[in-house]
Amino acid sequence: MTDLPTRSIDLKATLSASSPTAAKDDHSEGMSYLQSVPRRMVTLYLPLTIIVVVLLFPFYWMALTSVKPDEQLLDLDKYNPFWTWNPTFKHFHKLLFESYYPHWLWNTMYVAVCATVLSIFASVLAAYAIVRLRYKGANLVGGLIFLAYLVPPSILFIPLATVVFQYGLFDSPLALILTYPTILIPFSTWLLMGYFKTIPFELEECALIDGASRWQILVKIVLPLAIPGLISAFIFCFTLCWNEFIYALTFLQSTSNKTVPVAIVNEFVDGDIYRWGSLMAGALAGSLPLVILYAFFVEHYVSAMTGAVKE
Amino acid sequence: MADVAIPRAKPQLSEDSAWIQLKHNRNWLGFWFMVPAMAFLIFFLAYPLGLGIWLSFTDTRIGRVGQFVATENYEWLWDDSIFWLSVFNTLLYTFVASAFKFGIGLYLALLLNEHMPFKAMLRAMVLIPFIVPTVLSALAFWWIFDSQFSIISWSLKQLGLISQNINFLGDTTWARICVIFANVWRGVPFVAITLLAGLQTVSPSLYEAATLDGASRWQMFRHITYPLLTPIIAVVMTFSVLFTFTDFQLIWAMTRGGPVNATHLMATLSYQRAIIAGQLGEGAAISSAMIPFLLAAIMVSWFGLQRRKWQQGENND
Repeated sequence: MTDLPTRSIDLKATLSASSPTAAKDDHSEGMSYLQSVPRRMVTLYLPLTIIVVVLLFPFYWMALTSVKPDEQLLDLDKYNPFWTWNPTFKHFHKLLFESYYPHWLWNTMYVAVCATVLSIFASVLAAYAIVRLRYKGANLVGGLIFLAYLVPPSILFIPLATVVFQYGLFDSPLALILTYPTILIPFSTWLLMGYFKTIPFELEECALIDGASRWQILVKIVLPLAIPGLISAFIFCFTLCWNEFIYALTFLQSTSNKTVPVAIVNEFVDGDIYRWGSLMAGALAGSLPLVILYAFFVEHYVSAMTGAVKE
Repeated sequence: MADVAIPRAKPQLSEDSAWIQLKHNRNWLGFWFMVPAMAFLIFFLAYPLGLGIWLSFTDTRIGRVGQFVATENYEWLWDDSIFWLSVFNTLLYTFVASAFKFGIGLYLALLLNEHMPFKAMLRAMVLIPFIVPTVLSALAFWWIFDSQFSIISWSLKQLGLISQNINFLGDTTWARICVIFANVWRGVPFVAITLLAGLQTVSPSLYEAATLDGASRWQMFRHITYPLLTPIIAVVMTFSVLFTFTDFQLIWAMTRGGPVNATHLMATLSYQRAIIAGQLGEGAAISSAMIPFLLAAIMVSWFGLQRRKWQQGENND
């Protein structure tokens, strides 16, 4: 991996401290013998188990509900509610073949990928200019971008709705593709600034002496070295897009154009008391892509999260 | 260190064309690099921000251009008890949820910092609530807190603690507790993992020294861990407060502001007034009323960052 040493140290330790070498490095084993086993049970394992169970229970419940047959869903006394012996894929079947769900999934994916790519492109240029070109007022612009990070969508959606309407973007995915970068650019610029700062300046000087242009330096030297940062920014932006709700709720109207979160809240909530199965199946199917992505890139994910706070 | 880059300005450059100037001058180059990001932020962030404040002084409705009505919207809101209820709800929600998030998050970070088997996997699992889209997990909570088929009511009945189902989202107090719980549930992983990253920068030799001096675990926490963590706590909590204050999706998915407006936050109320009822001007006034609170939070963040600067000395560039 091309992780840069300065940043990778604490990030690696955050997640892979269970490996034997890391344990030796952080010396934490050195003091743990001071605690007896029963004491550790009460002060460490017990509270930790409770917290983890509470944190994960809703997902278990979501998954269980989505495979339970209808009659077991509502009859808590006849069947054990915490388990089912005859799982069914009826709810998923209904989701995939009797609703617009594949459409919604595709919309969400399409919007998230386009908005993320646009934002990363803009942020790479901006972050490089702020950190390395250091033009007049670069620090001020950096500060303003940080402030932009703090402007929440819930105070922007009303005026943005009028803007979107004026430009004729209402009810089109383009409305989301163009507005999501306002959330993503400040965050990813800030994150990438941190990564670019760790790239040795000497490399760039050598390239400048060899007659490379700034654009060549950015594409051929800085970007390859900042790949971990780019992945972090990409994954985090993608997750933010997937999670975004209020813009999608306000700017989209027709059923087939909606994104997964909005569609599930609006289209699946009808009077049917048996709706829970398909509702939970929809929620599960909407979360899985992100969880899988997360499982592959845990380290990058954490570095994005902590990096944005630390810089 | 940035000045090292300048030597490339060769002497003959000065007599070159304006185009060369444009291509090589550092300020111009910086400008071109900033164009895409700035275009987005100006057109879709700064402009709407100003437009929102302007809208709050007009009587715009959906499909009708508004007239300037000065502060009429605000005067109207001043006498609106539902607006004040939403302000109260928002403050209560933010304050209680942030306090719990901080407490549980810090505790969880300390626990995860201990040495134990399956540490990496545990840490990865803890973060899952933060990854899953808020609305989707809110729907799971909606089902868990269902008035008839709630698994919590069922379990408590089996244990003999209650005899009737609890009407979680139908009772005002319970509804508030439930949405705050769901918010804390979602926010704790973020606080815990970021604080954990901070904890890992604390040198273990400090704890060893303190142990030799006979410090208790509480003393170690109070006099070593906490002071070293304060800067990162300040930043994390500012973000947490900011996002809790402006929360929309969790409430919308779980209660839509009900029962009897008990869980209406300023964001949900402004959505209801502006988009559902079509009163864009009034909705904009409600969301503009959030700005002073946000500014206060940003000031806290700024001072938190300043403080970090002098604590870490030259490391902070």
